[in-house]
Amino acid sequence: MTTVFGVPLPAILGQLTLGLVNGSFYALLSLGLAVIFGLLGIVNFAHGAFYMLGAFAAYIGLQTLGINYWFALLLAPLMVALLGICIERLFLRHLYRLDPLYGLLLTFGIALIAEGIMRDQFGASGKSYPVPPLLRGVFDLGFMVLPIYRAWVVVASVTVCGMTWFLIERTRLGATLRAATENAPLVQAFGINVPLIVMGTYGAGVALAALAGVLAAPVVQVSPLMGSSLVIVVFAVVVIGGMGSIIGAIVSGLTLGLIEGFTKVIYPEASNIVVFVIMAIVLIWRPAGLFGKE
Amino acid sequence: MRGRVAVYVFLGIAALAAPMLGVYPVFMAQLLCFAMFACAFNLLLGYSKMLSFGHAAYFGSSAYITGWLVSVHSWGTLAGILAGVAVAMLLGLVIGAIAVRRQGIYFAMITLALAQLVFFICLQADFTGGENGLQGIPRGNILGLIPLDRDATMYYFVLAVFVAMYLFIRRIVRSPFGHVLEAIRENEPRAISLGYKVDRYKLVVFVLSASIAGLAGSLKALTLSFATLSDVSQGTSGDVILMTLLGGSGTFLGPVVGAGIVLTLQQYLSERVGAWVSVIIGAIFVVCVMIFRRGIVGEIQRRFMRGRET
Repeated sequence: MTTVFGVPLPAILGQLTLGLVNGSFYALLSLGLAVIFGLLGIVNFAHGAFYMLGAFAAYIGLQTLGINYWFALLLAPLMVALLGICIERLFLRHLYRLDPLYGLLLTFGIALIAEGIMRDQFGASGKSYPVPPLLRGVFDLGFMVLPIYRAWVVVASVTVCGMTWFLIERTRLGATLRAATENAPLVQAFGINVPLIVMGTYGAGVALAALAGVLAAPVVQVSPLMGSSLVIVVFAVVVIGGMGSIIGAIVSGLTLGLIEGFTKVIYPEASNIVVFVIMAIVLIWRPAGLFGKE
Repeated sequence: MRGRVAVYVFLGIAALAAPMLGVYPVFMAQLLCFAMFACAFNLLLGYSKMLSFGHAAYFGSSAYITGWLVSVHSWGTLAGILAGVAVAMLLGLVIGAIAVRRQGIYFAMITLALAQLVFFICLQADFTGGENGLQGIPRGNILGLIPLDRDATMYYFVLAVFVAMYLFIRRIVRSPFGHVLEAIRENEPRAISLGYKVDRYKLVVFVLSASIAGLAGSLKALTLSFATLSDVSQGTSGDVILMTLLGGSGTFLGPVVGAGIVLTLQQYLSERVGAWVSVIIGAIFVVCVMIFRRGIVGEIQRRFMRGRET
C-alpha cells in the first residue's frame, strides 16, 4: 500500500476530505462575516452562535415536527436570519455611529445569551442528526472511499459561496451594495433605502452561518457550544484572508481547512493550533492579510 | 476632591477590616486578584483604547507556571510568582509585537486568536495537568518569615500587592508616558505625525498590562490552591472585559467595582441558576453597550464631578 510520511494514502485522503469539509464551513462563515463587516463595519461575534442555532433549528425541526433535511436547509437559515434581523433592528443599528469595538462587545453578549439558553434547554452534550437517506453511502473512487455526504457538503458550500460572489460582484443589487459600502449617504441620496439594505445584508450573512450549521449537523455533534470555539478559528481565517475581501474569505477558508486536515495526518497535536500559527506568520509578513488592500 | 479622599479612606478601612467582619477572606482575596486583573486590562482598554480579547492567556499561564513551580519543583512562593510574571511578560511581548501591527477591531481579533493558541497549548501540555488542572498548590511563605497558610494572612498579602499595583497603574497613567498613550488613544495619526513611535508605546503598555495580569493570575492560583483551564479560557477573557466595562473603563476605581459585582454575581448565581449565568452575563454586556457605556464609576463621576478635574 502506498504510504506518505508513514501513513497509508487512503487515511491521508480521508483526513484531507474531512479538512475540506471543515474548510467549507470556514468559507461559509468567513464569507458571512466579511459581507457583514463590509457594509455594517461590525465584527459579528455572534456568528458562531447563529451557526449553532442553524444546526439546532434543523435538529428541533426533525425531532418535533418531522421536517426533513431538505426543508431544514431552506427553513433553518430563514428563521435564524429573521432572528438576526430583529437583533439588527433592536440593537445593532444604534451602534453604527460608534466605535466598532462596541459592535463586537454587543454581539459577544448576544452569543453568550444564545449559548446559555440552549445549554439550559438541551444540556451541554452533543446530539446526533442522521444523514439524510439520499446522501448515505460512499463513492468508491478506486484509490479511496469518499462518503457521499462529505462530497455534498463541499459541493453545496462552494456553490453557495460562488453564488454569493456572483450576487455581490456581478449584479445590480451587488453594485448597489458595494456603492453603499463606499459611500452610504450618497447612495441614500439617490433614493435607495440604505437601512433596508443594511438590514438585509445582516440577515443574509446570518443566514449563511445558519446554512453552515445545517450542513454541519450530520457530520458534527449538535451542541450549544459547537460555535463558540469555531468562531475564533473563523476570525483567524478572516484575518489571514484580509477582512472585507469576498474571494479572500472563500479561498482562505477552504485552504486552511485543507491545511488543518493535512496537519492531522503528519502532526495531530498541532492540528487545532495550526490556523493560529499561520495567522501569526501572515501578520508578520503581510499585516493587511493575503487578499487585503491597505 | 474631598469626596474622592472620603471614598478611598472608606474603602481602605473596609478592606483592612473585612476579615474581622466575618467576610470570607479567600473570597475577598480572590476578588482582589480579579480586581488587579481588571485594572491591568483597563490600562489597555481605558487608557490606550486597545481591546485585548485574550487577556486570560497571561492570567492563566502565569497561574499555571507559578502553581507548577511551587507544587512540583518546590520553589519558594515569591520565586514562583516572579517566574509566573516573567512568563506572562514574555508572552505579552510576543503576542503584543504581532498584535500592535493592527488597530481596533483587528487587534481584538488577533489577541483573541493568539489567546486561543495559548489555551490549546495549555490543554495539551503535560505540566498543566490537562483537563484536571493543577490541584493542591501550596501557598508557602514570604521569604521564610511569614507563612501564608492562614486565609487572613493570604488576604492581607494579596491586599498589599493589590494596593501597590493600583498605585503603580495610577502612576503610569499620570506620567508623561501615560499622556502619550492618551494622545495615541485620542488621535493616533496625529501622534505619529508628532514623531512618537506609536507601536513601541503600545507594545510597552501591552507588556505592562500582561505582566500585571500575570501577577494577578499567580496570586489567584496561590489563594485558591488551584490553576485550571478555565483560567486561560475565552470565558475568563470575556469576564475581565465585562468587569472593566461595567465598572467604567478609563476610571481608576471602575475595574475594582466591576470585578466585585461580576465575581459576586457569578458565585451567587452559579449554584442557583446553572446555565442561566451566561445568559445574565450576556444580558449585562448588552445593557452596558446599549445604554451604559461609561460604566458605574464613569456615570457617578459624570453626575457628581462635572466641571472638576477627573
